[in-house]
Amino acid sequence: MEEILRAEGLKKSFKLSARQRKIEKTGAKIKTAVDDLSFTAYRGEVFGLLGPNGAGKTTTLRMLATLIRPDEGDALVDGASILKEPEKVRAKIGFLTSELKLEDFFTPNYLFDFFSELHGVGATERKSRKEELFSRFGIDTFAEMKVGNLSTGMKQKVSLAISLVHNPDIIIFDEPTNGLDVLTAKVVTDFLLDLKRQEKTVIVSTHIFSLVEKICDRVGIIIDGKMALCDTLEAVRRGKSLEDRFFELYEEKAGMPV
Amino acid sequence: MKKDMLTIIRKEFARFFGEKRMVFTTMLMPGLLIYLIYTLMGQGMMQVFTADDSYALKVYERNLPEELVPVLEEISADWTRADEEDIEEIKSMIRDKEADVLIVFPENFVAEAEAYDVRQGGAAPNVEIYYNSTEPESAHAMSALSGLLNAYEDSMINKFDINAGETEYNMATERDVTGQLFAMLLPMLLITFMYSGCVAVAPESIAGEKERGTIATLLVTPMKRSSLALGKIISLSCIALLSGISSFAGTLLSLPALLGGEETGMNANVYGFVDYALLLVIILSTVLVLVAVIAVVSAFAKSIKEAGTAISPLMILVMLVGLAPMLAGDGEKSLGVFLIPVYNSVQCMHGIFSFTYEPLQVVVTMLVNLVCTGLLAGVLTKLFNSERVMFTR
Repeated sequence: MEEILRAEGLKKSFKLSARQRKIEKTGAKIKTAVDDLSFTAYRGEVFGLLGPNGAGKTTTLRMLATLIRPDEGDALVDGASILKEPEKVRAKIGFLTSELKLEDFFTPNYLFDFFSELHGVGATERKSRKEELFSRFGIDTFAEMKVGNLSTGMKQKVSLAISLVHNPDIIIFDEPTNGLDVLTAKVVTDFLLDLKRQEKTVIVSTHIFSLVEKICDRVGIIIDGKMALCDTLEAVRRGKSLEDRFFELYEEKAGMPV
Repeated sequence: MKKDMLTIIRKEFARFFGEKRMVFTTMLMPGLLIYLIYTLMGQGMMQVFTADDSYALKVYERNLPEELVPVLEEISADWTRADEEDIEEIKSMIRDKEADVLIVFPENFVAEAEAYDVRQGGAAPNVEIYYNSTEPESAHAMSALSGLLNAYEDSMINKFDINAGETEYNMATERDVTGQLFAMLLPMLLITFMYSGCVAVAPESIAGEKERGTIATLLVTPMKRSSLALGKIISLSCIALLSGISSFAGTLLSLPALLGGEETGMNANVYGFVDYALLLVIILSTVLVLVAVIAVVSAFAKSIKEAGTAISPLMILVMLVGLAPMLAGDGEKSLGVFLIPVYNSVQCMHGIFSFTYEPLQVVVTMLVNLVCTGLLAGVLTKLFNSERVMFTR
């Protein structure tokens, strides 16, 4: 198995404002979102980061996507360091999260071309990729409508297509099916499996057990910013359902029953 | 890097020019509104200060001496003789704006006036003119009558004249008159228009993208942050420049009407191609600085609204700087003055309008502004790189 992404001792903490401290009922001024997190992903696999809300999944992915810098640790994405060569990393990955919005004013067609240019994709390649992705997600029927007029599902499909303009080898998706109806969610999960078939590496974060069971080869369970367990899906489950195993682990690590 | 910058510039243009409403409100409307408002203001003021020629003034007189009739006939008026007992009634008519003027001469006015010797002291014969300053015709009659009477008084003791001939004594050319007025007014107006143009586009494009979450999508592309910063500054400057030029054109076209037109001898044609070209260069370099400043401030803001609040004090500062030529007057300017961004632009514009600029000043101003823009673009790049600034909510 060829190693394509390695995160080593990633750590990230945020300053809490007085208001946030009140909400979270804590006196601590600093919250550690990700604490010494390490894992490895291999070429052609789907790696799932599983954990409850606030466990540090999104923060981890944002660090991998170079949107934020880790306080400690580093990660190598296909040989490029997220600290030293963030531009190289960004060229190698496709990143999708609900935080990345598309401008309401433009059409999917325009935005696809715009982001292709920023990724340095040539005109012919752009055209064929656009046709392929637009027909795959059914975007061609609303390619000339302004993003502002699209439904949530349509927007998610456009975001997905745009995150893949440069045909990246590593695809990082944060909660890819959140907020989608069952039909659109299925289109997305089917597509992730398709990517795997094309030897792409997919890293997804989710709190949905069934999604992990359906698509992931290996899974890392994050609890309170720490990697509680990271192994193949089979090894993590130990013959039980993922849900049962997760709650067992949670009790063990968090020290309290759910 | 250059390619990414051009991509960003094209996108900003597509965003701006794709929306007709935005083009109209930021580019066409300012010029059009300024033109209309200034022209109407000019016309309105003319109407206030010039009385209607065809109107015959209603003038009441008491004891008007025969000798003065030809002198006072110069104004078109209906003269009515007033009796002593009618005086109070006429005054109240003037108060009610039914009559324009009542002029009361002392009895034997001409003889008394000729006999009066200022060296002997005592009160001179007094002519009383009752009028109503809030009625334009009445005020006009008052000033016309006192003017004529003063001239009559002068003619009685005439020893010498000043500028009595037919020649034009004011040696100022149309060029000088225009230069003086334009140099006083236009730098302030121009810098204000430029600033408004920048405010109309820059916060929307920087703080707006942050607020809508679209900047993050740009930040995960491999593009250099500096390409994004420069692309934004250049494209926004072009749009702000067009907006500023629209306002400037509106001003230039309506200024003669506002300030009284041909009578004051003003004409924007006194400026040649080189003057306008230099002006454009100065304006462009200034807009770059202003956009860069507003962009940096906007990058710190969480929303367009917050950006708007943060940059409004700057407006006052910019206007004060614009007033500098009016307050400072024309002295020798040291070159050091031209090292201060924005202030140097105002001084240059003043110099261009008053025909007193030196090429070196314009060159220094342009270079200083460009260097300043470069530095601010560097700051903006740093801000785009800062997760604390970009992603803190």
